Amino acid sequence: MPRWLAHLIVLALLAAACGWACASLDMTWNWGIVWEYRQAFWKGWWTTLGLALAALLASSLIGLAAAVMLRSRFAIVEAVARVYVELIRGTPLLVQLLVGWYVVAAALHVGTGYRTAVGVLVLAMFSGAYMAEIFRGGLDAIPKAQVDSARAIGLTRWQAFRLVIFPQAVRIVLPSVAGQLVSLIKDSSLLSVLSIGEFTFAARNVNSATYSTLESYLPLAAGYLALTLPLSALSRWLERRFRYEAA
Amino acid sequence: MNLAIHGLVQRFTDPRLGTQATVLDGLDLVTGTIQALVLIGPSGGGKSTLLRILAGLDVPTAGTVAFNGAPLPRDEHGLISYRRTVGTVFQAYNLFPHLTAMQNLLLPLVHVHGLSEAEAYDRVREPLDRFGLAAHARKRPAELSGGQKQRVAILRALVVRPQRLFLDEPTSALDPEMTGEVLDMIGELKAAGTQFVLVTHEMGFARRVADEIAFIADGECPALAPPGEFFAVCREPRVVSFLERVHRA
Repeated sequence: MPRWLAHLIVLALLAAACGWACASLDMTWNWGIVWEYRQAFWKGWWTTLGLALAALLASSLIGLAAAVMLRSRFAIVEAVARVYVELIRGTPLLVQLLVGWYVVAAALHVGTGYRTAVGVLVLAMFSGAYMAEIFRGGLDAIPKAQVDSARAIGLTRWQAFRLVIFPQAVRIVLPSVAGQLVSLIKDSSLLSVLSIGEFTFAARNVNSATYSTLESYLPLAAGYLALTLPLSALSRWLERRFRYEAA
Repeated sequence: MNLAIHGLVQRFTDPRLGTQATVLDGLDLVTGTIQALVLIGPSGGGKSTLLRILAGLDVPTAGTVAFNGAPLPRDEHGLISYRRTVGTVFQAYNLFPHLTAMQNLLLPLVHVHGLSEAEAYDRVREPLDRFGLAAHARKRPAELSGGQKQRVAILRALVVRPQRLFLDEPTSALDPEMTGEVLDMIGELKAAGTQFVLVTHEMGFARRVADEIAFIADGECPALAPPGEFFAVCREPRVVSFLERVHRA
């Protein structure tokens, strides 16, 4: 059986099950009223896309820096990165967002105009801790012989990293980074607790205005899938693409 | 070249266990003025450790090394400059897998020796032809055979016009046929006047190519002689038992 057909069958079965569940619950749908709020959804969706991209960029930089620190010869540098990674990965993003905004940002007298910026920064710090472990794994996967070869031809440490180690590590981690971006996009839904007007916040507003809960949240799920499914496909493609390059 | 090594010691400390291993234990080795020095000896005897020091990749714990009277630097800055004047080829995994064979050759020329892309390209074209690698220039290492990979690696070390090459068992990861093509290349380099220090287990090749053979065992160099003398009349017991074992295999 071709793979696409298998996927189609599974999806059809899933749709049938959902349809049966809705029918047996005797639900009355009210799509009309939610349709009137389509602009709010649309705006929120784009905001989520923008937030996620900004957080991805920032978290890649944070993650790379933390990964290099995790591999440092200096115990104190390694410790700083290790504490950061473990604290962030061990606590809920919700708590980090609330502490980040209501404690840290408040203590630094950050104005409410920077609410979104702080939210993105906390999200980037959160995702960066996961990125750090992904990058560290990628850097560790480069054989020591490559470092030796790079030094043997006379490259400086920085040149060896830039021209030899980093380009290979990027190829190794790209599929995982794309996967992490999927998580990042979904995690950005929590920014709604800081009243940042992203996709989930929009759906919550529509729900409280219309009392049409499922009609508000099902488009939300569809909107996130529209972002995450292509990324998952990209991740799998990257994995196949770079598998052949290992010497 | 003439090489003079006095009292060379290399100790490694295991960072977790705190135990020390002495790999080179006061090694002395003084060659005449020669073109090719071949290091042979049992595995774990210190050949590769010695070669890494000669190539400027590791700094010895103690002792002095001098080529043509010039001592090797001990600081990283001086060592980088030194490495740029020599070429080193390891057992395997020399090439950068994310670059094509051609890009592997161009990288040191452009980024270390300051040639333009065009100059670098001109420099590598002729040797690629000469060693029958031109057809493979656009392939990545994963698409090359083991022998081709090693020949590209030797070429990469060569195109920067180094004062001498260091070759650390360049054929030990290859099957016999590919070993032949790599040894042939090294033989051609010898004929062309390239100076090199080679670690190898190929005794027949060592005899043919070496001007002097140094026997490295237990972190020392108990025997050093031109090949004819080395294989015919060397009575050092460790050499005798090593050669017996090699010939039995």
